[in-house]
Amino acid sequence: MSGGTSNFQSNSRVVNWIEHRLPIFSFMDSQLHQYPTPKNLNYFWNFGSLAGIVLVIMIVSGITLAMSYTPHISMAFTSVERIMRDVNFGWLIRYIHMNGASMFFIVVYIHVFRGMYYGSYKAPREILWMIGIFILLAMMATAFMGYVLPWGQMSFWGATVITNLFSALPLVGEPIVQLLWGGFVVDNPTLNRFFSLHYLLPFVIVGLVFLHLWALHMHHSNNPTGVEIKDEKKDTIPFHPYYTIKDLYGLGLMLIFFAFFVFFAPNYFGHPDNYIMANPLQTPPHIVPEWYFLPFYAILRAFTNDFFLYWPVSWLMTAKLAGVLAMFGSILLLLLLPWLDRSRVRSSKYRPVNRFFFWVFVLDCIILGWVGGQAPEGILVTIGQLATFWYFFHIIIVVPLVGVLERPKPLPESIAASITGAHQAAE
Amino acid sequence: MNMTKTLTAIALAAGILSGATSVQASGGVQAPSLQWSFNGIFGTYDRAALQRGFQVFKNVCASCHSLDLIAFRNFEALGYNEDQIKALAAGYEVQDGPNADGDMFQRPATPADHWPAPFANDKAAAAANGGATPPDLSLISKARGSGGDSAIRISLMHPHGFPIGADYVHALMTGYEEKAPEGFQLPEGKYYNEYFPGHAISMPPPLSEGVLDYEDGTKATVDQMATDVSTFLSWASEPELEHRKNLGIKVMLFLIIFTAMLYALKRKIWSNLH
Repeated sequence: MSGGTSNFQSNSRVVNWIEHRLPIFSFMDSQLHQYPTPKNLNYFWNFGSLAGIVLVIMIVSGITLAMSYTPHISMAFTSVERIMRDVNFGWLIRYIHMNGASMFFIVVYIHVFRGMYYGSYKAPREILWMIGIFILLAMMATAFMGYVLPWGQMSFWGATVITNLFSALPLVGEPIVQLLWGGFVVDNPTLNRFFSLHYLLPFVIVGLVFLHLWALHMHHSNNPTGVEIKDEKKDTIPFHPYYTIKDLYGLGLMLIFFAFFVFFAPNYFGHPDNYIMANPLQTPPHIVPEWYFLPFYAILRAFTNDFFLYWPVSWLMTAKLAGVLAMFGSILLLLLLPWLDRSRVRSSKYRPVNRFFFWVFVLDCIILGWVGGQAPEGILVTIGQLATFWYFFHIIIVVPLVGVLERPKPLPESIAASITGAHQAAE
Repeated sequence: MNMTKTLTAIALAAGILSGATSVQASGGVQAPSLQWSFNGIFGTYDRAALQRGFQVFKNVCASCHSLDLIAFRNFEALGYNEDQIKALAAGYEVQDGPNADGDMFQRPATPADHWPAPFANDKAAAAANGGATPPDLSLISKARGSGGDSAIRISLMHPHGFPIGADYVHALMTGYEEKAPEGFQLPEGKYYNEYFPGHAISMPPPLSEGVLDYEDGTKATVDQMATDVSTFLSWASEPELEHRKNLGIKVMLFLIIFTAMLYALKRKIWSNLH
């Protein structure tokens, strides 16, 4: 890894003995202590470390829950209630885990939008960005399977609806669905393999997070100006103590937000139907996924036979398949963002047109989420379809066009100059 | 860019989304939001209401509905002492076994036993109730609203608050109409209830004036019984509620002070940069 020259020295013979064989102390010193970080990061740069901490909270609470959970269709629901009622502080651990999933997505979505606003995906950070998208995908798979484990009505019917999506794929569809189910319906084998994978995937995420950090430390953090570090002495400050304390302060704020839901509104993000044990013979009136999937659910449902985005491919596939491909495509498309955005300027601070369209895109995602939570009736269908159209139109057409046509504002000479410049302007 | 503003917007957006999903579940007429002693961050259960509600459950609901997740020992939370609970349990029989001869046998319940179900299984329950299985009531409050909780009852979508489980149970108990409105086709053996999704419910009106006399002398009106049994069932759904909110206040106080100290430290450390 580059950067962070370590002048690590120790008086301890033990430390030096280890250091000579495995340079772990100088590594930590260079990557966590001396690590040069732009001095102008704003609070949006807190969300990466917050996501990492929430991941740890999820793994620790999850491992604890697994000690009392039974992955069997006739016992799963009751075992969760046993955790809630009879395990010491079981309700606390379970509510932390349940709400932790929502916190994870809140924090990560802000982190992703921050990356988009400040152009953090641009060269040389393309792989860093792509690993991030893979982390998001792994998180989604983990969250989806985790929601199935309590074996409530929404668990069961959510699993049924989502796994059934794969049946839209030609040829491989049916075999994939049977593989996911471990049979011909959602049943005990499904619950068992989901539990197994739900336990596995978080550790895959940990691995991806290490790659994400490795890629990050190659070229260091982007910053609000989007201008690269030119002079380490002037532009950067050591990670410790400046960013350790700033991250800790941010963590405190997030924990207050988190704890509020855990202690005072623990079921706010959940669905009441999941406190009814799964019943394969009774379909709930509305099957709705968790809030963090709603924008993608809206994209899936937008594809009806009369949706104009479906017409061009209607000779090739069913509307259902088009919806499934669009839903997965909406995330996979983000992998191409570094190449779709042709602008040489990273930060939207100096790109007024891009900034405008960025906020339109954020609004579009919120509209999609809102539509995804409603029954698909009347005007909502049209709104959902227009918002779906705009999602793809933004990424495929608006981003490249704005990148080429926009005339960005002049960039500051350097990070240091941007700070002194701001000071002068203020005076 | 204003950070706090953006964060608030995002939090609100999340609020809208989840508020929307909570309401969808009800599917019938929205139950009015009532004032409950366990509302809000300082909420606790009213012990007298819990005991009265238990009396309603025991004398009325329990003849058809099970309460599988509750054991006799849990009734300590209603304010009963150990001897009272032992005496209460001894009044019920549970199946045990097999004994040394391989036979199942009946014995009086102990505090460790769970509340005995009125029917051997769902099929037997349905057969005795005109084909509809009376649902288990252990989680009914959480399963019919945004939990038995309402620290946040206001979302942008529902400025007047959205109903919690207890509101729904109360509304259902008091929402029966003698006659279905003009033009409503009420199927044979069903009853009309304003708040039940689809309005045609299999359960006959369970509460009526004079169905029981309260041990504490409170007048047993239908509304009073509905309120009490809703409180009791909210407790059955969330027996941890008081412990949770109590601990929550301490945790929040700690976190606020701790975060304020971290902020001061952050200011101090960063001050030598400028």
